[in-house]
Amino acid sequence: MASKFQVSILPKYCKGCGICVSVCPKQVLALGKDKAQVEHADQCIGCLNCEYHCPDFALTVTEGGNDE
Amino acid sequence: MNYKDLLRKDKMPHIWCPGCGHGMVLSAFLRALAKKDFDPDNVAVISGIGCSSRASGYLDFNTLHTTHGRAIPFATGIKMAKPGLKVIVLTGDGDSTAIGGNHLIHAARRNIELTVIVFNNNIYGMTSGQYSPLTPHMKLATTAPYGNIDYPFDLVNLAKGAGATFVARSATVQPRHLEKVIGQGLDHNGFSLIEVITQCPTYFGRKNKMGSPVDMLQWQRENTSTTGKEGTIPLGIFAQEERPEYGENYFELIKTLGEGKSGE
Repeated sequence: MASKFQVSILPKYCKGCGICVSVCPKQVLALGKDKAQVEHADQCIGCLNCEYHCPDFALTVTEGGNDE
Repeated sequence: MNYKDLLRKDKMPHIWCPGCGHGMVLSAFLRALAKKDFDPDNVAVISGIGCSSRASGYLDFNTLHTTHGRAIPFATGIKMAKPGLKVIVLTGDGDSTAIGGNHLIHAARRNIELTVIVFNNNIYGMTSGQYSPLTPHMKLATTAPYGNIDYPFDLVNLAKGAGATFVARSATVQPRHLEKVIGQGLDHNGFSLIEVITQCPTYFGRKNKMGSPVDMLQWQRENTSTTGKEGTIPLGIFAQEERPEYGENYFELIKTLGEGKSGE
């Protein structure tokens, strides 16, 4: 089932600290080579933990972006 | 208003290290502010010197990046010249309690309406990790290679004792709590101080073998509490009282003296 929420990451802002990955309760995010990336977009419950914990303003969670 | 629109996008990404908590404090501050009914042109953000004080450069308000420890004096001048402005001071533990310590206690005593947010990372990060007045006892720093024999200030009690009418403490691991107490501080009519426990993974964390930024947040999770759990650092609001504000008293006095003038 597709999630109602869309997580977007600005690679230019992300420094790969991994905090977002650690606070996501649904393992939506994972650390790529040196940046965070969305791994399981369909699992997002829109709790905003990642956006609120991100020290770099790199993460945005929006509602209703992922319709397909 | 989206809080991210309050950033100067052309200055981003910011200069802070990967995993530094300062961006988390800045984010919570902007979220708290964005929820209020305000005009960004009526906000002035003042900072001193240090990692934390770089914050003002990323904000699309009236901002001043001033000299070391003197953010509060600059802010006081601005507040007295333009009492209608919302004046906010973003400062660090070294900036506000060492070289700026005197200014801090006297602003608290006067109860001038400033919101002071202290980014407490327990160390001077920008200058490579010297101990500050908030470095805990026996923790390591570049200038305390065998442990810091000083005892730190309890900033909450210091501000309370100095007469601050709103005093709170929060931590970066609790972004919602942090946003809430900053919001309450912004609403307070008088001097408000919010101490924020934030992580410095580069200097304090590395010197004291605290691990990654994620590990440092876990340390905060285990060692802070909003419910007064024994043996932890308490988070919450520790003073909230109404007392006439400095500017109000000042302008009232001027008005009274004006009325007493003969021949008018």
